[in-house]
Amino acid sequence: MSGEKNLLPEPKLTCEKCKIQMSLGKVTVSYLGSEFPIELLRCPSCGTVFVPEELATGKMLQVEQALEDK
Amino acid sequence: MDHDHAREREMQCIQEWPPACTATCPVHVDARGMIASIVKGDYAAAFAIFHKAVPFPSIISRICNHPCQVACKRIEVGEAIMINALEKACADYSERPARKKSFVSKKDKRVAVIGAGLSGLTAAFDLASKGYMIEIFEAKERIGGRVRDSDERILSRQAIDDDLSVLEIVGVTIHCNSQVSNNGGIPFGSILEGFDAIYLGPGPVSIESLRLDLALNPDGHIEIAPTTYATSDNKVFSGGSHRYSPSRYSPISSMSDGRLAAVSIDRFLQGASLTAGRDLEGSYKTKLYTSTKGIEPLHAVPMADRTKGYTQEEAANEARRCLNCQCLECVKVCEYLAHYGSYPKRYVREIYNNDSIIMGMHQSNCMVNTCALCSLCETVCPVSLNMADICLDARQSMVKKGKMPPSAHDFALRDMAFSNSEAFLLSRHQPGFSTSKSIFYPGCQLSASSPGQVAKAYGYLRQNISGGVGLMLGCCGAPAEWAGEKDLMEKTMGAFAKEWRQMGSPRIITACSSCYRVFKDFLKDAEVETLWSILAVHQLPQSEQKTMSKEFAVHDTCSTRYDESIQDNIRCILGKLGVQVTELNDNRHLTTCCSYGGLMSFANSEVAEKVVRRRIGESDIDYVTYCAMCRDNFSARGKRALHILDLIWAPDERDPAARKGPGFSDRHENRAKLKTQLLREVWEEKVADEEKALELYIDTEMRVLMEKRMILAEDVQKVISHAESTGEKIIDSATGHLIAHYKPVSVTYWVEYATHGSGFTIHNTYSHRMELIEGTTK
Repeated sequence: MSGEKNLLPEPKLTCEKCKIQMSLGKVTVSYLGSEFPIELLRCPSCGTVFVPEELATGKMLQVEQALEDK
Repeated sequence: MDHDHAREREMQCIQEWPPACTATCPVHVDARGMIASIVKGDYAAAFAIFHKAVPFPSIISRICNHPCQVACKRIEVGEAIMINALEKACADYSERPARKKSFVSKKDKRVAVIGAGLSGLTAAFDLASKGYMIEIFEAKERIGGRVRDSDERILSRQAIDDDLSVLEIVGVTIHCNSQVSNNGGIPFGSILEGFDAIYLGPGPVSIESLRLDLALNPDGHIEIAPTTYATSDNKVFSGGSHRYSPSRYSPISSMSDGRLAAVSIDRFLQGASLTAGRDLEGSYKTKLYTSTKGIEPLHAVPMADRTKGYTQEEAANEARRCLNCQCLECVKVCEYLAHYGSYPKRYVREIYNNDSIIMGMHQSNCMVNTCALCSLCETVCPVSLNMADICLDARQSMVKKGKMPPSAHDFALRDMAFSNSEAFLLSRHQPGFSTSKSIFYPGCQLSASSPGQVAKAYGYLRQNISGGVGLMLGCCGAPAEWAGEKDLMEKTMGAFAKEWRQMGSPRIITACSSCYRVFKDFLKDAEVETLWSILAVHQLPQSEQKTMSKEFAVHDTCSTRYDESIQDNIRCILGKLGVQVTELNDNRHLTTCCSYGGLMSFANSEVAEKVVRRRIGESDIDYVTYCAMCRDNFSARGKRALHILDLIWAPDERDPAARKGPGFSDRHENRAKLKTQLLREVWEEKVADEEKALELYIDTEMRVLMEKRMILAEDVQKVISHAESTGEKIIDSATGHLIAHYKPVSVTYWVEYATHGSGFTIHNTYSHRMELIEGTTK
């Protein structure tokens, strides 16, 4: 999952709290003791991130299942 | 999991035992494999299989006394397969590859073979193939013994010579016209001195006249030890037709004698045990069970010309009659066992390996978690092997080691936690009573699926049962048991037992088969009954029936497959209701799971789908069940089905058999509402209205998606509540939708929504278990 980029057109997303447009940035995700760096849309100010549906139900799910069977 | 225990279970499965034909054949020709190759038209492969067991294929394929055919299972449905005639077809229709010279390293031990009949020739061939130096001593002018007495039209001299030429290739030295005897010819003593071991296969001659200095039995035959073929002289081994009366001549037994004596000679010369591990040599009875139920009886395919044997076409037709004997009784009835393409012997090994692996992937986790734990396999297994025990054992072990995938049972266990929370949990004596002789425990799923029926059933019990009928709502703990969560199961049962004892340990009347099973297994001192036994003996309420079908097929529950009285009670109630009952083929103790059992549907929706589809495909008639989950699983796939309570207290729907069961969210809500309703109506308690939840607008498509993704309306509410109270949300400028996420416990839920008046319209929702480390790199 490392270095995974979302190839779909990035939606124009704004962090409602900070009123700042979200931009791609490095985020760490972890599961069952394993950590992965990943590029996601995030608020440059508060750091809140956006996980797209395709990622959550696709690659992320696959990695979760693989880690669960490790 | 204990290794010895796993090994024992693995050995219990009989599927890998050979078919009866092979086990009965003294040299264990794999007739099943050979015939399968004939069916494919692959005579080379068929011949190779035959030849592997038989060194002289032309001879045996023509004169074998074929004990295999007496054992053939086809006899039960027609006539035995003509195995020997098919062997002849293999010998006739295959191009034999030229035999290659063996490159086995030569041994320095010399073995004499006295007598060149089938037993001696086989011993000579087998030992020469192992590298021993072999010399054959034959009294007559040619080798072959009684084989040469065969009818020329059946077995030509040429075919004999062709078969026996193999001995030269393996380097056997042959001395013809060489009688060995202490009564003229080569003295037996000189052979004893000159060789390291001797095989004696004298054929149908008077042994006494040879004066061989070997112990004889009272019949005048050489005294031979069973299994080892040893004689009174430790370097002399003996077998073949001289052991039997001439009328019992069996070429294949002679061949087997020579082969097994050769095994002994090899062991003797290597100083190994002569007896160890020889239980399954020669003819034996297989443990393989093969059902011939439902197989069309067929007679043997006749031969157009008996002297020539089968044509290729005839042979193929005859081969197609072979039952290809297998057991697979459990695999035939279970979609789960069939799904993984193998059978319990292999599965037990895989599951054990999965459990004991330290590094690497646990490949069989999903398989372990998919079993419905319904024990149908045990019911149909000729040796009662139960995969449910094995899978449950493995699940418990996974939980103990912390190796159970967190996502496997999380949703079901949270559902259980909901049922055992204040939202649903309840215990009360009947109004006006301070004690309870009985309590009604409807179970969490009937309460979720048909809360109205539960309220009516409780009213009925209060009217018909004396001594006070209390009520207890909750979940019995079955999901924890199925998930392998032993501690949670004990804790759940402990909490129930404490409450139940405070109620005075009353008789438990349950309307759920799983609850019934759990109480029977985990609360041994409780008197447990089903609602069905009460309804069977008491007068039923005045029927409120609308125009419903009067014919139903009964689907029995898997958790009470062995409780015949429950099954009888159901049929008794249906009889009283005037229902015309149709029995499914697989009913009562042979019933199948609806896919809820063992939490199968949560672990593996693909297999669950197969299981439920198979069950609903068994009959076009509407089903009647006595388990809410069975009914809901059937109706979800479009099968018309009623719960038996629907026949007693007709629901409001116009066509209740077509009613789809509630989704996961509504199941929670129905339980909570039932509790509130009963407290208000039965106990006349004042119950405050629940805090008004957020108003959500969720269309049908979104509800289906939420079911599939196992996301509850209450999860969505939590996300929106959190977003709206903290302002932590994202706006998508393209759609104007709000996007928010929240992680109540272990799952992060995402919701895309928009405000709708005072409520919210849900546009999308999904989840993940991976944790986001947010706000870390400002």
